[in-house]
Amino acid sequence: MNADCRPVLSLQQDSVGALAAMKAVFARDMKVAFRQRQDLLNPLLFFVMVVSLFPLGVSPEVAFLRESGAGILWVAALLSVLLSLDHLFRHDFDDGTLEQLVLQPQPLFLLVLAKTAAHWVLTGLPLVVLTPVLGVMVHLDGNSIGVLCLTLLIGTPVLSLIGAIGAALTLGLRSAGVLLSLLIIPLYIPVLIFGTGTVASAAEGAPVGAYLALMGAFLVLALTLAPFASAAALRISLSNG
Amino acid sequence: MSEPLLQAVELQCERDERILFRDLSFSILPGTVTRVEGPNGSGKTTLLRMLAGLNDAWSGNLFWCGQPRSAQREEFLRNTLYLGHRPGIKPLLTPLENLRALTAGRRPLPDPVLRQALEGTGLAGFQDVPCRNLSAGQQRRVALARLLIADEPLWLLDEVFTAIDSAGVSAIENLLQQRASEGGAVVVTTHHDLNLPGMQRIVLGGGAANEC
Repeated sequence: MNADCRPVLSLQQDSVGALAAMKAVFARDMKVAFRQRQDLLNPLLFFVMVVSLFPLGVSPEVAFLRESGAGILWVAALLSVLLSLDHLFRHDFDDGTLEQLVLQPQPLFLLVLAKTAAHWVLTGLPLVVLTPVLGVMVHLDGNSIGVLCLTLLIGTPVLSLIGAIGAALTLGLRSAGVLLSLLIIPLYIPVLIFGTGTVASAAEGAPVGAYLALMGAFLVLALTLAPFASAAALRISLSNG
Repeated sequence: MSEPLLQAVELQCERDERILFRDLSFSILPGTVTRVEGPNGSGKTTLLRMLAGLNDAWSGNLFWCGQPRSAQREEFLRNTLYLGHRPGIKPLLTPLENLRALTAGRRPLPDPVLRQALEGTGLAGFQDVPCRNLSAGQQRRVALARLLIADEPLWLLDEVFTAIDSAGVSAIENLLQQRASEGGAVVVTTHHDLNLPGMQRIVLGGGAANEC
């Protein structure tokens, strides 16, 4: 074979920057989500329904609702994020886009971070937006509602980031739902405790700065460490695929 | 004159306590088409996923351009195009949007180029129809459109002829051959009767494997 006269396709050196690739991943996830709106509404409807069932099922008394309202909202938000987690990687896994994502030249943890960000914008953020309405419904005062929104604003990204680890780990399994909850709930508990604790101390008129700082620390910790864990978990799940 | 793009030395892979292949060594040179052969369950897809970097459960050594692959993951990924069983097409997006998303992380191209690539795979008029309304073969063609605009020298194609009609199959065969003549390297698995001049074969099956 006269290999000498063959041109050799040159190796490509230039690569797309990580930020541009993250933007593309984020934009695609948003576009797909808005083509399938019922999936978006599902966790939101769950959130609203759980919160509105408490006055009916337990007690409609103002004193009870005012005392437990923040807790109810936090638990409902936590569960509805949990409900939406299975979709985070599942569709991508099934249609093969996840394989292509892993094979992109950019660091995987950044791409996973972009996917998690899209997940938060689509599930966590709407919950925060709905919270003032539901807060009024459970007779929280204005100050408590403000603090509650703030804790959810800091807390729900943590839920998405930690949840992504569990979603990535249980990806290859047939009945992932139960295992996912078992894995993730223990990690959610500290966020829940500090989230509701912040609102409780705000209701008593105590300063909440320390609580918020701790929640901020949770967020920073999750933001810096969780994407690495999710990326590693994705590789493991795909390796068995 | 040219060094191998990808070199495998004594690869061994075990799956479900069964050795798929052992002592598998081969080189993928620029300008060649290599076909991985073997019966169902002999590990063709597993081998391709190993080569692509998706499967990490193997032992042996893989070299990219003479250097250990693990040391230059980014260069390797940038220069390798893998098309798997699952084509990476989102049913809710249109072919154009899919192609844009798939190329954005590697080499963003303007829309006219992408449209032209889709037309080249016979999807003219379907560029803006959601992929879930397309047939299985048309969805595969969306993924194949990537081959028309790919600048990666190494292609790893798993069952690339699945659900493609006979005219499409010969078009792909021509494309692979043209690619090899331009200096690219192609590794394919297929049950389709592919026979290109100068084609290399890697035969798997029966626990041990050897290169012909």
